[in-house]
Amino acid sequence: MAFLRNKLRPFSAAHVGLAGFVVFAACLGCGQSYGQSSGQIANTCLDCHSTLPDPLGVSQEKFSQDIHAQKGLTCASCHGGDPTSDDADKAMSPKAGWKGKIDRKQIPQLCGSCHSDPAYIRQFNPSLRTDQLDQYRTSVHGKRFAAGDTKVAVCTDCHSVHDLRAPSDLRSTVNPVNVAKTCSRCHADASYMNGYSIPTDQFAKYSTSVHHEALAVRGDLSAPTCSTCHGNHGAAPPGVDKVQNVCSNCHAFQAQMYEKSTHKKAFEAASLPGCVVCHSNHGIRHPTDAMLGAGPDAVCMRCHAPGDRCDQARAALLSNLGRLDEANKSADSVLRVAESSGMEVSEARLGQDQARDSLTKARVTIHSFRTDLVDQDIQAGLKIAAQNLQAGQDAMVERNHRRLGFGISVIAIGIVLAGLRLYIKKIES
Amino acid sequence: MTLFAALRRWFDERLDWDDLIAPLRHKTVPTHRLSYWYFLGGITLFLFMIQVLTGILLLLYYRPGANEAFESVQYIMTRVRFGWLVRSIHSWSANLMIFTAFAHMFSVLFLKAYRKPRELTWVSGVLLLFLVMGFGFSGYLLPWNTLAFFATKVGTEITGQIPIVGKPMMIFLRGGEDVTGATLTRFFGFHVAVLPGIATVLLLVHVLLVQRLGMSIPPKLEVQWTADPSAKREMKFFPNFLLRELMAWYVALGVLGALAAVFPWNLGVKADPFVSAPAGIKPEWYFLFMFQTLKLIPSKVWFIDGEVLGVIAFGLVGLLWLLLPFFESDQPSHMKRWITGLSVFALAYVAGMSVYGLLAK
Repeated sequence: MAFLRNKLRPFSAAHVGLAGFVVFAACLGCGQSYGQSSGQIANTCLDCHSTLPDPLGVSQEKFSQDIHAQKGLTCASCHGGDPTSDDADKAMSPKAGWKGKIDRKQIPQLCGSCHSDPAYIRQFNPSLRTDQLDQYRTSVHGKRFAAGDTKVAVCTDCHSVHDLRAPSDLRSTVNPVNVAKTCSRCHADASYMNGYSIPTDQFAKYSTSVHHEALAVRGDLSAPTCSTCHGNHGAAPPGVDKVQNVCSNCHAFQAQMYEKSTHKKAFEAASLPGCVVCHSNHGIRHPTDAMLGAGPDAVCMRCHAPGDRCDQARAALLSNLGRLDEANKSADSVLRVAESSGMEVSEARLGQDQARDSLTKARVTIHSFRTDLVDQDIQAGLKIAAQNLQAGQDAMVERNHRRLGFGISVIAIGIVLAGLRLYIKKIES
Repeated sequence: MTLFAALRRWFDERLDWDDLIAPLRHKTVPTHRLSYWYFLGGITLFLFMIQVLTGILLLLYYRPGANEAFESVQYIMTRVRFGWLVRSIHSWSANLMIFTAFAHMFSVLFLKAYRKPRELTWVSGVLLLFLVMGFGFSGYLLPWNTLAFFATKVGTEITGQIPIVGKPMMIFLRGGEDVTGATLTRFFGFHVAVLPGIATVLLLVHVLLVQRLGMSIPPKLEVQWTADPSAKREMKFFPNFLLRELMAWYVALGVLGALAAVFPWNLGVKADPFVSAPAGIKPEWYFLFMFQTLKLIPSKVWFIDGEVLGVIAFGLVGLLWLLLPFFESDQPSHMKRWITGLSVFALAYVAGMSVYGLLAK
């Protein structure tokens, strides 16, 4: 406790003593001490504040969910004062280090007083990073905050207060599945964002994206949310020339192809933001071969002229992808029928995974914008699909042979049965 | 003299062939409206012979072992000429054999053919039925696919519920605590050596007893025929009945061929002990009535574990079933009505529970 008080000493001058919605360190001394179990520090604050209405009220149930409370910290750890005193005046006296409501301007520094101290943090969680405050200072939020803009996000805006949970907790406001919603509280509020000259439709677009579907619908926690591309404590737009570096964290092969492509140089020369040019940013949809087409989803023709060399290459790529897709569907269809007829085609069915992989690989290789490289993958896939199609057709021929053989056997059995019946009739007549 | 006549004479001079088959010439089979039930035993025997023949052929390529079994069956089905046919016939024939064995047992039960002097024929027959189910249980694991693996796991776990001897029995069957490659080798041994050895001896005893004691006549008919011997109808076993039996075998062969050609037996997916059991896993249809019963028994009945109670109950019912003829009257006119009632109940229970088990999720 003494250690904590020492940590908070730099702020003792900032005692403002204003009433607010945050928890106070001490309260009117009444009732018995909260959490006065063996080895725990007395915290009488909640005896009163749990009965007060908002914004002064903090229930014991709410505070007990807070990660800090679970680690043994009390109200006084942030707000100062003497939580062991039953006398409200003594508990909330400036002499006891009481700071009252924490001024918004002091929040990053106050949180950082512990979270930037590796030696202190190590005793609770050795793997927890301690560079949040440094990162925050480099973020758009942090820079604006330093310039005196108190509307921008500080620690408590994203992490909440008094019921702050670990990010791994699904109920946490910064759990991957909740991050976008947390960011949207400000960034989707047009009136709040008025004056910042940035769009407020990011959340609406993200909600329709393939990334949101993966994260929120399929529960794939590796799928990106706002902080994956923008950073969390150091949140900032990636910048036009850095977009592919962000995307390549997950889409490594596509990035490798793009790096060597002619498009990279062209996009850089035109100050176009790499991947975003074709795929957009927040509202990224599941890519389809139609992106290479000439219809409403086409992206190539936004820049290229019909009939030029690139348009011809685009058409060739689209045609080849279509060929492999069709070949895979044909092989799958024949193999499915063969399998449902009881034919053993598991090897060919397994082989179809390779053919589908070739198609996926070809779609990745598209990012090189080289028809010869894409054609290599297409040809490999077509060869496998043709072999599997042949295996399926052979199985169907074999199935028909079996049925023919069975038909002949039935005739033979019928003849023997008729012969036996006649013989029995003869010997019994 | 034809070649056949010459051969026959050659054997007759050495083995006194005519004398050897003389009992068959004199043997007769009662003829009445329920005579066709007599064919079921013969059809079961025919399917058993098919099993032996196709089993030997499968042995030429099958390799027991967790790393080879599935692949070897796959090889049989895809690469070996007519391997698919042999394997499909073996699998279908096994199922048909169990079905006809059950049907044969219930026909014997309803026609009261188990009564004196045929008690031992019944006992050997019921033991053969248990053996046939053992063949099914041990053979089911041999392709080493997912369903077989987990069905064996569940089946051997149930064995482990038998009081006192259950756990050692389970470990003996599995070749350890879990179902592994050791279980597969063990089951292979039971399937191709132990069970066939015992079954062959029992089958010989059963067939000899049938030949020695002849076909049973239904009690009502026996009373009528005793009162009026002129009403008695019968045919010669050789060749009249045997030729009819041969026709039944041909029909069975046609059914087998149809099933194998139109619905080849599926191989499934190779067993992976590290994945979780597929949802709603069930044993083969002939164990379903027992499996479903065990599922329906509450986890605790008074102070006894429900599953243990179920296993003990099935053991006692099996023993009672084996000894059923010894509770029956030896007078055709004084047949016990409760045995008939019990037989009807048993058939309804086995069929009903099997259908329920099949439909249950």
